[in-house]
Amino acid sequence: MTAALLQVQGLTKIFGHGLEQARRLLAGGCGKDEIFRRTGATLAADDVSFEVREGETFVLIGLSGSGKSTVVRCLNLLHRPTAGRILIAGRDILGYRREELLELRRRRMAMVFQSFGLMSHRNLLDNVAFGLEIRGEAKAARHAKALQAIDLVGLSGQEGSRIDALSGGMKQRVGLARALANDPDVLLMDEPFSALDPIVRRDMQAELLKIQARVKKTIVFITHDINEAFKLGDTIAIMKDGRIVQCGSPEDILYRPATPYVQEFVRDIDKGQALSAWHVLRRLPLPAARPGGGQTEVGDGDFAFVLDEAGHLLGWSRQGGRGPAAAVAVLTPAVTVDTPLRELLPLLVEGRFADPIAITDGSGAFQGYTTGNAVLQALV
Amino acid sequence: MFTVLADTFPSWYKLDIGSWFDRLIPLLVVRFGWLFDRVTQDLLWVLNGLERLIDLVPWWVQVLVVFVLGWRATRKLGRGSLYAALLVLVGLLGLWEEMNQTLAIVVASVALSLVIGLPFGILTANSRRLTAGLRPLLDAMQTMPTFVYLIPAVMFFGLGKVPAVIATTIYAVPPVVRLTSHAIEQVDLEVVEAGRAFGASRLQLLFKVQIPQALPTIMQGINQTTMMAVSMIVTCSMIGARGLGLEVITAINRLEMGRGFTSGLAIVIVAVLIDRLTQGWYRRGPKLEEGRP
Repeated sequence: MTAALLQVQGLTKIFGHGLEQARRLLAGGCGKDEIFRRTGATLAADDVSFEVREGETFVLIGLSGSGKSTVVRCLNLLHRPTAGRILIAGRDILGYRREELLELRRRRMAMVFQSFGLMSHRNLLDNVAFGLEIRGEAKAARHAKALQAIDLVGLSGQEGSRIDALSGGMKQRVGLARALANDPDVLLMDEPFSALDPIVRRDMQAELLKIQARVKKTIVFITHDINEAFKLGDTIAIMKDGRIVQCGSPEDILYRPATPYVQEFVRDIDKGQALSAWHVLRRLPLPAARPGGGQTEVGDGDFAFVLDEAGHLLGWSRQGGRGPAAAVAVLTPAVTVDTPLRELLPLLVEGRFADPIAITDGSGAFQGYTTGNAVLQALV
Repeated sequence: MFTVLADTFPSWYKLDIGSWFDRLIPLLVVRFGWLFDRVTQDLLWVLNGLERLIDLVPWWVQVLVVFVLGWRATRKLGRGSLYAALLVLVGLLGLWEEMNQTLAIVVASVALSLVIGLPFGILTANSRRLTAGLRPLLDAMQTMPTFVYLIPAVMFFGLGKVPAVIATTIYAVPPVVRLTSHAIEQVDLEVVEAGRAFGASRLQLLFKVQIPQALPTIMQGINQTTMMAVSMIVTCSMIGARGLGLEVITAINRLEMGRGFTSGLAIVIVAVLIDRLTQGWYRRGPKLEEGRP
């Protein structure tokens, strides 16, 4: 695992007047409601700490008013935190001078907004080129980069369009392209798909995953949709009343909820969609690739699998004295570690329930297997 | 004994700001005479130049310009022709020369109003305190009867075009300040945030995001300012500005109803033309920057 690119430590943000008094109350252990009642100040983020590794998609999830948008706006200092530290590659950006801060926003961080934040007086191309223009790139260079980004989000040929003429989904593609054109280290996405229709939202989620597989940015993603969080997130942090109540991998959140609130939150999860074959994978000790080494066999006592020299599955057999000793042809279509569990259900129905389902990585190399029982157990 | 109950306002003390003002104005005239003279001379130079420039343009070019602008603004050939015909009508009424004189004063006043008004509008948009401070002043400028500052204007700047332009500017500047300020404040918050998030400096934010986004509303303010300048035509003629307004004043003084109506009609035509042409400008929306590389 790579090192943390972004570290947030004890981030606190109080809005409104009476800041000093609010700070004292906070130090005295008062909660959000009490501070608001006594000073009128809003405690939007309360001692928020987390780390985001390079190339990871970190999802902050919470209901409206939980402080997630405040936190993401603190990361590029659109809001200045009341207390805490924000380290990017080890340096605290709160100590940045104005020029350093502008440089940070121009080169290292870009943002995507819920209502897109596009400029209607510019056409599509000049919207995408906005960040490059701000940092002073020449017209030809910025247009070339913008066209690449436009291509990446699938809007080629529409460069000259007016913003008003675009649909919501297309607008957010423009917003995403504008952020990607800057080639930032960190991509901040503030509920980017919340304003979209469900179908368009699903397309955009898939699109983001596809783009992310190519560009491998570090993403901080804000959402209130738990299924979106599970679909996109490598790490998920759940916020409530300005605090992070649990932060961990999707499985942690799902199987080891820290509080009843988290439990309530994850109840709505569509597990068939949120969990992938990776979650039910029974990993087998794989031999190192041996070019020209012929076939190998791996097994765990229940089943044995025969692989060719490249690690691709040739067949399987049942072990433990019951099944045939010879390998049987592979019956399942390619199931990769990323295949959602929902898509395994038809296989259970079509195939024989007791047969193993082989699971491969993206390149087709065998990783291990799962069984019908394991899939059903995970879904319950 | 029952004086307390008497229903007249007590008259034993009078707050006599009128006489302070009477003393203040001459004092200023004496003290800062050199400054006012200087301003008068410069402004006169600009105004005369402007008038000569407008005179230089042949009448048929003016008609053509109105036709083209009207056509472009409404995208209708008929409208352009109508506007051009109205302009020709002013010439047929025998008021072409007067119209040009009036136009020079209106154009100069509007230009001065914009030079003063736009920066103040921008400044107040970003400062709540400045907005609060400027507001009573703007209210006063808009509601104070114009005749009240017409006389001091004459004392400072003499008779003729210059005090006319100054008085018109005082009256016409508030809308452009207010609407510019309002327009910039109304720009979508996320659009401004986007500008900041991508590292725009204050000036970049202003000129690349806020002003272009606010432009339609700012144009509305400019239109209003222009219309208010037009509405000062007759008043300004009371202090010696020539043009259509002077025709009206003369007609009133001599009880020449026909002449009054004729010049009144010409003013209506000028006002309508200016309004339609400037409106078409902002209704059409801002032009897109050329997009293809």
